[in-house]
Amino acid sequence: MNTSTIKLSLGPIQYFWDRGTTFDFYKQIANTNIDIVYLGETVCPKRKLLRRDDWFEIASLLTSAGKEVILSSMTLIEANSELSAVKTLCSNTDFTVEANDMSAVQLLKGKPFVTGPAVNIYNPYSLKMLAKHGLKRWVLPVELSKDSLKEMQLQRPDNVETEVLVYGRLPLAYSARCFTARSHNLPKDDCQLRCLDDPDGLLLSTQEDEKFLVINGIQTQSAKTSNLILEIDELIDLNVDVLRISPPSKHTEKIIDLFYKTLNESYPAEKSSIELQKLMPAGGYCNGYWHGTNGMNWQESTEESLCQATQ
Amino acid sequence: MNNIQNEKMELVCPAGNLPALKIAVDNGADAVYIGFKDDTNARHFAGLNFNEKRTIEGIEYAHNKGCKVFLAINTYPQADGWQRWINAVDRASKLKFDALIAADIGVLDYASSKYPDLRLHLSVQGSATNTESIQFYYDNFAIQRVVLPRVLSLKQVEQVAQTSPVPLEVFGFGSLCVMVEGRCLLSSYATGKSPNTFGACSPASAVEWQETSSGLQTRLNNILIDQYKKDEPAAYPTLCKGRFEVSNNTYYAIEEPTSLNTIELLPELQKIGIAAIKIEGRQRSPAYVKQVSEVWREALDNCHNNADEYTVKQQWLQTLHSVSEGRSTTLGAYHRPWQ
Repeated sequence: MNTSTIKLSLGPIQYFWDRGTTFDFYKQIANTNIDIVYLGETVCPKRKLLRRDDWFEIASLLTSAGKEVILSSMTLIEANSELSAVKTLCSNTDFTVEANDMSAVQLLKGKPFVTGPAVNIYNPYSLKMLAKHGLKRWVLPVELSKDSLKEMQLQRPDNVETEVLVYGRLPLAYSARCFTARSHNLPKDDCQLRCLDDPDGLLLSTQEDEKFLVINGIQTQSAKTSNLILEIDELIDLNVDVLRISPPSKHTEKIIDLFYKTLNESYPAEKSSIELQKLMPAGGYCNGYWHGTNGMNWQESTEESLCQATQ
Repeated sequence: MNNIQNEKMELVCPAGNLPALKIAVDNGADAVYIGFKDDTNARHFAGLNFNEKRTIEGIEYAHNKGCKVFLAINTYPQADGWQRWINAVDRASKLKFDALIAADIGVLDYASSKYPDLRLHLSVQGSATNTESIQFYYDNFAIQRVVLPRVLSLKQVEQVAQTSPVPLEVFGFGSLCVMVEGRCLLSSYATGKSPNTFGACSPASAVEWQETSSGLQTRLNNILIDQYKKDEPAAYPTLCKGRFEVSNNTYYAIEEPTSLNTIELLPELQKIGIAAIKIEGRQRSPAYVKQVSEVWREALDNCHNNADEYTVKQQWLQTLHSVSEGRSTTLGAYHRPWQ
């Protein structure tokens, strides 16, 4: 589909959207220039508005549209029932699975599989070990920098692809506690699925009104949207195979289009970046991890090029 | 397979330096865990940890009194630091450690293939919360124990214990991580340094205490974590334990400053077949280690002698509260309503 060899992927929806919204969303995604779509609930096992058959229906829709579909596993596995769900997912014979926990890695041994950003592959030795296990693609853990990635790429085993999260709020932590339920003074066991109210999560600010984090059930995200569109040339130079977009509730098709145009149609990254900023949810943007600093930082040098682009 | 009942649970105590190690040994620890003086372990704090001379002295002291010594090499090396972690494993293999506590797949792979006789424990930073994850580390690196993250309810711990290929170590007391360990990046998001990459959460180098007209403010890399009225006790600005605003309410949106304390669960943990109870706090003083080790030794002995008659003594709670964050304790995720 792309003229560039680099592919675009859409990560699993991190939030809880109702059934109709989710179906409509993927119908739109089917008409975009995305190459790979990751599907499934990865955050909370109580979010069950879509059943297995629904996900397979969406998968079939996307496959028909020429997309590669990967099914994503849950990230934090606590109860036996959750582990059973991972086993069922990993035994499916139709789609590749993205492992978001070592339980899935174990269950996928010998099959080609993908690891998500919460599987800790921090060095080339871990990458080599998992390649022997069946790893075919890995997503760079979000706190690692381009310098760290560079070494990983130099020592990367054959036939292992590298994917980098280039756009979206960053998944930062997972807990036994549901912070959305806590914010409503509800116990997790009676959460009333209140996260349905927050299609982009719930902002957490400091007492100085600095938008800091986003509460998304048991997950905590960055309030800032990570945006690496200005780093696309570096990503290409580092032989990254797949660029991942993590979908917000609005404008995902436009975001995909901007990345696609920048990759394939010589559309200036600086212009895309400015347009992306208008599409982001509240909180601002960051690229600090990529540059080896604190994740919430925005690297100054890229800000300069942004100023130039607006002139 | 590991749930042999009535086996005595081991008391695993923290030691940030040699005096703390000796005090832990003298006050009833069955094992102590330590780290080298660098970022290869998850308590990479200034002035803490062991050089080679102190390590040898510590191991000799402990072994002479029948106490084991574990070494934590439990952070995640990146390519440029790899050699430092490998050197740490090599050094550990030459010393007489009773186990190496590790988390990273690469480090575990290196240690298990190069030193097959070195006993390996999966660190809590390995983030294994279920049997299949544990099985991965057992099949590939022959780990002989796993330290469970503090995210499971008591029932879930029991489920894991029933099916785990190796015995379990659980946290009994100390600072409480609210997020699943090994997969929390909050600290690096704010400061650039995380437990995984640097061996510290909310590092002291990023902390500021500022007296202002509106009271004492605590900051982490300039982010306001909390502010205190006069006479309100201030806590160290651990990122997840500040007061933040969500939906126009200002409160401890993630967790209060509090410590984990499971002393009341000991008979149940014994029944489940837990192999060891871990006390957090290598960064704490020898005085802390003394107080906490004493209490937990007595509690474990009472539980082992007669679990049916086991009761928590008020005096234990007073001592533990006095050394807890915010002078309060919680059962954390073990207790379902906490979640």
